Amino acid sequence: MASPAPLPPAEADPGARLVLAEHLLACESAVACARAVVDWLARRHGAPAACVGPGEVAGASVCLASEGLTGAQQAALARAWDAPGSPLATFRTRPGARWLAADALEGAAMPGGFLAVPLGRPGATAAALLMVGLPGPAVPEDVAWVASSAGPHLARQLASDARAPRRPEPDRLLRRVINAVSDPVLLTDTDGTLLFANARAEGLLVAGPDASPGRMRAVELNQRLFRETLAQGGTSVHRREVPLVDPLEGMDLLFELVTTPVLAPDGPSVVVSVLRNLTDLGRATQALGESYRQLRATEREARSERHRLDRVLDSVADPIILTDPAGGMVMMNDPAERLFAWPQAQGAAGEGAADESTLRRVRTNIALFASFLANLLGPVNAGVSRWKSQLTLDDPATGSPVPMEAMANKVLGDGGELTGIVTVFHDRTEVLERARLLERVKEVSSELEARVQSATAELAEQNEKLRRQAIQLEQASAAKSQFLANMSHEFRTPLNAILGYTNMLLQGVSGEMTPPQRRNLTRIDSNGRHLLEVINEILDITRIEAGRMPLHLSDFGIPELLQEVMAEMDPIIARSKLTVETRLDEGLPGVWSDRQKVKQIVLNLLSNALKFTHEGGVHIAAEYQNATGTVAISVKDTGIGIDVSNQEKIFEDFQQVDSSPTRAYGGTGLGLSICRRLAAMLGGRVSLQSAPGQGSTFTLHFPRRARRT
Amino acid sequence: MTNSPEKQKPLVLVVDDYQDAREMYAEYLEFSGFRVAEAKNGQEALDKAFELVPDVILMDLSLPVMDGWEATRRLKGDARTKGIPVVALTGHALKGHTDDANEAGCDAYVTKPCLPDALVDQVKKMIARRDAAAAR
Repeated sequence: MASPAPLPPAEADPGARLVLAEHLLACESAVACARAVVDWLARRHGAPAACVGPGEVAGASVCLASEGLTGAQQAALARAWDAPGSPLATFRTRPGARWLAADALEGAAMPGGFLAVPLGRPGATAAALLMVGLPGPAVPEDVAWVASSAGPHLARQLASDARAPRRPEPDRLLRRVINAVSDPVLLTDTDGTLLFANARAEGLLVAGPDASPGRMRAVELNQRLFRETLAQGGTSVHRREVPLVDPLEGMDLLFELVTTPVLAPDGPSVVVSVLRNLTDLGRATQALGESYRQLRATEREARSERHRLDRVLDSVADPIILTDPAGGMVMMNDPAERLFAWPQAQGAAGEGAADESTLRRVRTNIALFASFLANLLGPVNAGVSRWKSQLTLDDPATGSPVPMEAMANKVLGDGGELTGIVTVFHDRTEVLERARLLERVKEVSSELEARVQSATAELAEQNEKLRRQAIQLEQASAAKSQFLANMSHEFRTPLNAILGYTNMLLQGVSGEMTPPQRRNLTRIDSNGRHLLEVINEILDITRIEAGRMPLHLSDFGIPELLQEVMAEMDPIIARSKLTVETRLDEGLPGVWSDRQKVKQIVLNLLSNALKFTHEGGVHIAAEYQNATGTVAISVKDTGIGIDVSNQEKIFEDFQQVDSSPTRAYGGTGLGLSICRRLAAMLGGRVSLQSAPGQGSTFTLHFPRRARRT
Repeated sequence: MTNSPEKQKPLVLVVDDYQDAREMYAEYLEFSGFRVAEAKNGQEALDKAFELVPDVILMDLSLPVMDGWEATRRLKGDARTKGIPVVALTGHALKGHTDDANEAGCDAYVTKPCLPDALVDQVKKMIARRDAAAAR
C-alpha cells in the first residue's frame, strides 16, 4: 500500500463525541472502555476495528474488544503486538509513535490494511493499541480524537484492573442498591475477611491508604471488634451487639449485628452481615423514657392542680357549675352538688319516699338550670357572653325554696370558640331577709313617726288650748281687775256724796242739830268710812294682782315713820284705852324702800292689834339685823291669840279666824293678805308668833335696801 | 283781775257730771265764802272758764262730751285760762290717772271721796299759792 495519505477531514460531530465521552467516564473497566471505543469507531466509519491490550496473564496480550474481526484475526493482532520487532510492537518501545499503516504489518491480519494508533498517557509507552480498518496513510480526525481522549482513560483502567485482584463482584445494580442501604452491610468469608462493604460499612471498617492516622486506628479497632464478634456466633443466623467507634467523631456506637451465612453459587460459603445502629435507638429509648417520666410528672402536676382547683372550688360557699358548650354539666363544686347532683344511694330501705321527693327536687333544679343556660346556648345567643337571672331552686334535702341569683359566663378558647360556661350561684336568702327586715324596720319607723307626729300634733293642740286658756285667763283676770276698778269708782261716787253731806251736816252747814241727830249722823259717817275702807282694800288687792302697784323707793327713817303711824292711830288708841309703847333700836339705819307701803303695813298690823286686844297693851319695836341686812318692825299684843292651825289661814284673802256671819270682829279680812303682798313687793315678809290666849306678835321683815324687781 | 270791790269773793268753777256731788261742793264752797259756777262736762267747763275766768277750777276727770284731761289740756293751752289753777278730782284711784292728770297740766290732785272741808282747804291753798306767785 502507498504511504498513508491524509484523510479528508471527517465532518465534525460534537454530539456523537459527547455521547462517547460520557460513556467512557461511566466505564469502570478497561474492557468496557475498549468496547465503547471500538463500537463507536466501527459505527462511524463502517470499518472493522479492534483494541488490543494486556491480558490477565502477564506477558500475553488479548483483544479487549473487536468489531468485524474473526477470533483468529483478533488473536493474530494480539500476537503481532506482543511479538518483539514487529511493526506493532514498536509502539511499546517507542513512546510518542503516532500511527502505523497496515500495509506495514506482515502477515496481514486485516485485508485492505488498517491504521494502528497507540492508546495511553501522552508521552508514555502505549498501554493498548487501537486498530481501525481504514486505508492510510492519513489518520482521520475522529480516530485521532478518540485516541487522545480515550487513551489516558483506558490506560488508567488497565492500571486499576491490574492492581485490583479479580474477585466475585455482585452485579452493579445490586451493588448500588446495597450501597443505598442506610445500615452498614458487609460480605465476608467465614474467616471474617472483608469481601464487600457498602458505603456505610466502609465508613466504619475501611480506610484508604491516604486516611488519617486517627481514622486508621479507629478502623483497625472496629475491624478487630467486628471479627471477634463474628467469630463468636458461628455461621448460623445470629443477633448480637457490637460496640464500635465512629471513626469521624470518635463517639461510641452500639450496633446490632445480624449475620446470615450464604452459600455462593460457585461454592465458597460467605457471610452477609447487617449492622443496625442501636446507638440512636438507645438514645431514643432514653429520650422516650425521659419524655414518659416528664409526661407522668406533668400528669401528676395536672392532677394535683386539678385537685387543688377542686378544693378551691369546693371551698367556695356559692355553687359553681362548669358546663360544656352543649350545656352538659362537666364539673360542679360541693355546694352545687347539694342542689344538682343525684343523691348518693342512701341504702336505708325506709327512706324511699324521702328519696323520691329529693330526686324530684333535683330534677326540678336541673330543669331550671337548663332553661337558664338556654339563654347562652345556640347560634342565636352567640353574641351573648354572660347571662344573669334569678332562680328559685328547691333544697333537695328539705324542700325549702332557695332564692338564687345565677350568673353565667362563657369561657372562650384561644380562637374565640365557646369551650364552656361557668355558672356561679349566689344565695339571696340573706339578702331577701335583710331587705324584708329593712322593710319592716321602715314600716315600724314610719308608724312610729306617724305616732310621734300625731302625738306632737296633739301636744301642739294642747299647747294651743293652754295658750288660749292662758289668754282667756289673762283676759278674765284683766276683766276682773277692770270690773273691780269700775266698781270701786261706782261705789265711791255715791259714797263721796254720803260722806260729804254727812260731813257738812256735822259741821252745821245746815244749822245746829240735836244731840240724838248728831249721834245718828256720826254712825252714818263711821259706817260710810268703813265701807270706804273695804272698797279701798279691795282696790289695793286688785292693783297688786294687776301689777298696777308701783314701788316708789326713797330714803327715809323708821322713827319718823312710826311717829306718823302713832299720830294717825291716835284717836283709835285713845278710844281703845290700851297702852301702846314703841321701842326703837339704837343705831337704826336709814332705809331705802317704799315708805308708803311700809307705813301701810305697820298701820294695818297696829290696827289689827288694837282691834283684837281687850286689855293689856300693844308693843311696837323696830330693830336692824346686821347679819341679814334687814329691818324688823314687830307689833306685839296681849290679845286673844291665834291657834297654829289658823296661823296660815289668816293671811288668805277675806279670811279671819272666824269668818262666820255672826263673828265678833269686823273688817274685810283683806288686811293681812294685803300686808303679805306688800311685804313681798318690798322683798320681805310678814311672820307671826302666837298661841290662843297668849297674844300675837306680827313682824314685818324687809331689806334695808330694796331692789327693784 | 276779777277781784273788783263788788266781787271780792273768789270764783270757783266746779265741773262734775254727778249732780249731787257738784251741788254738794258748790253749797259748801258758798258756805265757806266762795262764789261758785258749775259745769256738767268738759265742753261746758271750757265755755264757762273762757266766759267767767274763775280763780280756781275743780275738775272731775271722768266727764261726758269732753273729759277732764282734754279740757284741762285746752285750758292750759289757752292764754286766757293758762294761769287758772286746776284741781283734779277723780274716783279712780288707779295710778295711771294721776300721771295723766299731771301731764294734762293739773295743779293738784284729789281722790274721791273727798270731804267738802278737805276740798275747800285745797282750794284755799291754790288761791294762796297763786296770790303768792302774783305778788312776786
